[in-house]
Amino acid sequence: MDIQKKQLLEFYQQMVTIRIFESRVCELFAAGQIPGFVHSSLGQEAIAAGVMACVEKDDKVGLHHRSHGEMIAKGADMNKMMAELFGKATGTCKGKGGSMHIADMDLGILGANGILGAGYAIATGAAFACQYNETKDIALCLFGDGQSNRGPFHESLNVAALWKLPIVFICENNGFGLSNPVKEHLATDCVSDRAAAYGIPGVTVDGNDVLAVYETTLEAVDRARKGNGPSLLEFTTWRWHGHFEGDPAVYKDAQEQEEWLKKDPIPRFAKQLLEQKNATQAELDEMQAKGEALVDAAVKFAEESPWPDVSELFTDVYDRQM
Amino acid sequence: MTQMSYMEAIRDGMRVEMKRDSGVYIAGEDVAQFGGCFGVTAGLYDEFGPDRVMNTPISEAVIVGHAVGAAALGLRPIAEIMFVDFMGCCMDELHNQAAKMKYMFGGKAKVPMVVRTPCGAGLGAAAQHSQCLESWFTHIAGVKTVMPGTAADAKGLMIAAIRDDNPVMYIEHKQLLGLTGDVPDGEYVVPLGKADIKREGSDVTIVAWSWMLQKSLAAAEKLAAEGINVEVLDPRTLVPLDKDAILKSVSKTGKLVIVHEEIKTSGFGGEISAIVAEEGFDYLDAPIKRVAAPDTPIPFSPILEQTFIPSEEKIIEAVKALF
Repeated sequence: MDIQKKQLLEFYQQMVTIRIFESRVCELFAAGQIPGFVHSSLGQEAIAAGVMACVEKDDKVGLHHRSHGEMIAKGADMNKMMAELFGKATGTCKGKGGSMHIADMDLGILGANGILGAGYAIATGAAFACQYNETKDIALCLFGDGQSNRGPFHESLNVAALWKLPIVFICENNGFGLSNPVKEHLATDCVSDRAAAYGIPGVTVDGNDVLAVYETTLEAVDRARKGNGPSLLEFTTWRWHGHFEGDPAVYKDAQEQEEWLKKDPIPRFAKQLLEQKNATQAELDEMQAKGEALVDAAVKFAEESPWPDVSELFTDVYDRQM
Repeated sequence: MTQMSYMEAIRDGMRVEMKRDSGVYIAGEDVAQFGGCFGVTAGLYDEFGPDRVMNTPISEAVIVGHAVGAAALGLRPIAEIMFVDFMGCCMDELHNQAAKMKYMFGGKAKVPMVVRTPCGAGLGAAAQHSQCLESWFTHIAGVKTVMPGTAADAKGLMIAAIRDDNPVMYIEHKQLLGLTGDVPDGEYVVPLGKADIKREGSDVTIVAWSWMLQKSLAAAEKLAAEGINVEVLDPRTLVPLDKDAILKSVSKTGKLVIVHEEIKTSGFGGEISAIVAEEGFDYLDAPIKRVAAPDTPIPFSPILEQTFIPSEEKIIEAVKALF
């Protein structure tokens, strides 16, 4: 596939920006500045960057608890995102959602979700609405390997295939459902094996290769947009941190962790860009600096933002308060 | 005004809104040509076609869950769950998703969906197809709970539920489906949160909804013959609850009996009792009474089931105990 240089640089920019954002979030959480639970997507940046490059602003996206990267790659305002993580009034959700429930309806982002496996049916409904309204929009549903074992996975993929909905189901297989390694929670070798049960395409691809992620997703998105129904994609990757920040991840094998860290998607892609002369080191450094500046600004914005007024506790429970 | 059954009134409410708004559709198990397990959607498939009246697989999580996503994008789904007892199969989709989306997203979402589902005992359907579970839903901030007890209310509340921009549990009673009454034609709306005095009286207030409303009206008739003048108040919707109407009635009668088919413990009668105790204690000249089902599963054998269901006799007995 001939991918424009601009798009290649965009992949890199997204990946480094997500990496910087997530690293900073972990530091801020450890320092006590971010309350609640944080699930870091460090190591999984290629999936967010590759997948979100395939969709338009009006396309709908259902996310999960480890989705800061996808939010950023879909175009969410990082200032507001960081403020949301802090619980500030200026946050994406006015500080009422936090990391696990962050959303941006203006960008078609139907929310991260604190309930693992709850996103399938919602994204299926979004795809149904696209079909019902005869728009050309599609929906993506992202989820982890662990939550692929929830019952709504089956109900939603069956209905999506039955109704030929414009949706792509994308599993980020990062090796663990909390502490449980894939081989101990999955009966088959791959999540994508299950596609056969619904008569839809299923494929497992290296999720640390941003170009492979992009090309695979693009094909599935095209299929969905043409009215040919859903696909099930699985991108293999590795969760660098524990399930949540503060989880020491003692269940991980040290050697395996070491090996996966060597497969870091960012230097790997940088090497490709340099070797194929699609970027110079100076360009890469510039993108790194840009990412850092964006995240610095986001942290400053969050820190300087006010807390919500306590009256906000009572608003937004119902549309038009009773 | 047309005389029709409660079931026809529910259908008429859906039909009126489906004609008015192309974003309204029905999805559920066997709702299309078959017309629904109890026949409530009969004829709508022929009238509106397969894109508006859609069969789903036996997949409650995706019936309710897809409605959340579709509603968030502006459609107005009516998701049918064949029996309220099955809500356990899709409770996350209601209580963690539909109910919370608006709040979690800082107000930037609307989830205008209706979950239509029948409740209630009396058909010999036993423990898993007969329950009244309204307090499951009233305990979820972000969901409204509607329980019509007459044909006219069945229509008016259905239209209001569909037009509401929040998730609404519309719980119809199986025993009422054949109940007939005069129903206003066209766009008849009964606002959510407005109680209705179904019978005026001065001696005691009965608060009852759904099937128990009808039982309470029958009991009131018999009590009138014995000189006790009962006021029967139908809240019609439990969330939002018209507590002012309840307090006003109790301030007039000084006595309160709450009748519901849910089991007694943690039933909605406890909530109404607490509200009146907190805000209307001075109106009371007798203890509050609750008539409810016992704290048991619903049995199969007809004699056991009839013992389970709150009866007119039990209502009469509870009222008389206050005098």
